[in-house]
Amino acid sequence: MDSTKIVRNIRLGIKDLMLHKLRSFLTALGMVFGVGSVIAMLAVGEGASKQALEQIHKLGSNNIIINSMKPVEQATYDKEAARLSMYGLLYEDEIRIRESLDTVKRTVPARMMRKDARLGERNMELRLVCTTPGWFELVKRRLVAGRVIAQRDMIKSAPVCVLTEHGARRLLATQHSIGENIKIGGVFYEVIGIIISEVGGTSIQVPDQEIDAYIPITVSIERYGEATYDHTSGSRSMELVELHAILVEVESLEQVEPSAAAIRAMLKRFHKKEDYKVSVPLTLLNQAKETKRTFNIVLGSIAGISLLVGGIGIMNIMLASVTERTREIGIRRAIGAKKRQIVLQFLTETLVLSLAGGLIGTLFGIGIPKIITSLSGMPTVIPGYGILLSLGISISIGIIFGIYPAMRAADLDPIEALRHE
Amino acid sequence: MARAIVQITDVTKHYRMGSEVVRALDGITLSFEQGSFWAIMGPSGSGKSTLLNILGCLDRPTSGKYILASKDVAQLDDDELSDIRLKHIGFIFQSFNLIPQLTVRQNVELPLFYLGNDEQTSAEKARKTLDLVELSDRLDHKPTELSGGQQQRVAIARSLANDPDFILADEPTGNLDTATGQQIMDLLGALNRQGKTILMVTHEKEIAEHAGHSLHMRDGKIESIRGGT
Repeated sequence: MDSTKIVRNIRLGIKDLMLHKLRSFLTALGMVFGVGSVIAMLAVGEGASKQALEQIHKLGSNNIIINSMKPVEQATYDKEAARLSMYGLLYEDEIRIRESLDTVKRTVPARMMRKDARLGERNMELRLVCTTPGWFELVKRRLVAGRVIAQRDMIKSAPVCVLTEHGARRLLATQHSIGENIKIGGVFYEVIGIIISEVGGTSIQVPDQEIDAYIPITVSIERYGEATYDHTSGSRSMELVELHAILVEVESLEQVEPSAAAIRAMLKRFHKKEDYKVSVPLTLLNQAKETKRTFNIVLGSIAGISLLVGGIGIMNIMLASVTERTREIGIRRAIGAKKRQIVLQFLTETLVLSLAGGLIGTLFGIGIPKIITSLSGMPTVIPGYGILLSLGISISIGIIFGIYPAMRAADLDPIEALRHE
Repeated sequence: MARAIVQITDVTKHYRMGSEVVRALDGITLSFEQGSFWAIMGPSGSGKSTLLNILGCLDRPTSGKYILASKDVAQLDDDELSDIRLKHIGFIFQSFNLIPQLTVRQNVELPLFYLGNDEQTSAEKARKTLDLVELSDRLDHKPTELSGGQQQRVAIARSLANDPDFILADEPTGNLDTATGQQIMDLLGALNRQGKTILMVTHEKEIAEHAGHSLHMRDGKIESIRGGT
């Protein structure tokens, strides 16, 4: 069959459908929702995975993050031990990791303490992050003003600090003025720089928070001692922690997993209890992918069901149409139409219906994610293959649910059909 | 004597109605010559509709031979029968049977399209055929916008479109008033004089008189034949 005949068939199909505009529209509506939800689903899924990827890039895909963790409480009756326990990463852990693993490019130790900060009337609770200049290279954040901590600050044990935009707004009432002296936990620090705040709150934890203030780790040892007393609220026990986190950067992506395994093995040898947690952003990436897959399965089945319902709606209407047009079918058969020509006629109509629904659905599917993004700020990305997929789905639905009514039309006995009123 | 265009030999058609077998056609042997005009008559239940369906290749006989276009069409499958209907037979019905959503021209074009004509050829032929029935000024009208007589003339044009071997008319004037019916019969008569073979089922004597030959049926058998073989 040549293309002009196909075009003619389609034109006639559209004409027949236009005889019942409302009915055709309502029938196609099922496809509109089905295809629309498929595309919207893909867009939300793609958006989520893109967001996860960006998060992981913020963590650094070549990085390994080790955090101190309070070990699972063991039943102990030693009162002294209950009151004062020591756990977590040690200064020597950092040195060991840096010196014994040659895939490690850099390690960054960090201590975190909750301190009150004050400047004149204004005050806030900060998380004081005591670290080395390397922090700012692993956790890359744009500088708003001034500079970050340098090696010379470390050597001189200079009481300097870097604030986030958020902290600067609260304490300095401006985001750009540096050089002020603020009092944090009883010690005066000169504000030397301000970096942008990380707005967290997503599934993957970034190492920094918006209430951070950064000071050289050497200063913290001088002013607050080698270990930090952590006090868990509601408990009388005190906990002593040397380092809260060690960030490790390895040479390349391929070395991330093996290095993490080596670090785990090493820590296991030197720590009696499991009072640390090694997290690999790369693993998180894979977890994010897994989550996305689950998400897609759930949404995919919902979209699948609506497509099924849409398809059944189309089949229903086509069956009604066949009954309604029995006489026409009889006339066509008497004139000399073969069964397959009748099949083709009705199948074309179903395809026109499902494709039209699919196209409108595609437009909806492109529009809905945009609305979601503007309302909830959730990122959405419409993948190019989504459009092709939706067209493929529309054609398949048209054929699957159109073939039965079309066959039924073709199988009518011409004599009976001609008698039909 | 002219060549026999249709030749049926000892054709039977049996239906099963519950436990009874109805002999709708009971051994019919007939031949129609090229250019003849036949009226097939008989009371209802006489088997004339069944004969019409078999002659029209809409149905297959239970037994017997039906030679059309030098083929035994009694043995053909559904696709081949469709092809025979398309190329060799033109139908005219009592209730016109035009497709309501198509225009006059599109109705006439239908058999042309099924035969594989392209759009331009079909349009051309449809217009010429509608000229024969003097309706070429109604090309883009819908059937419902026409009178009964006009609709039947469109149907006649459609039956002629593929230049069939014979025209099968089933009570062509049954839904028309006497005057209009007369016009339709005049048209069929004119077509017959131009050489068209016409087989017409009717129960009206006056209508049957337009045909040169007539056969009467009763109980699935031929009761009498007038003016022919």
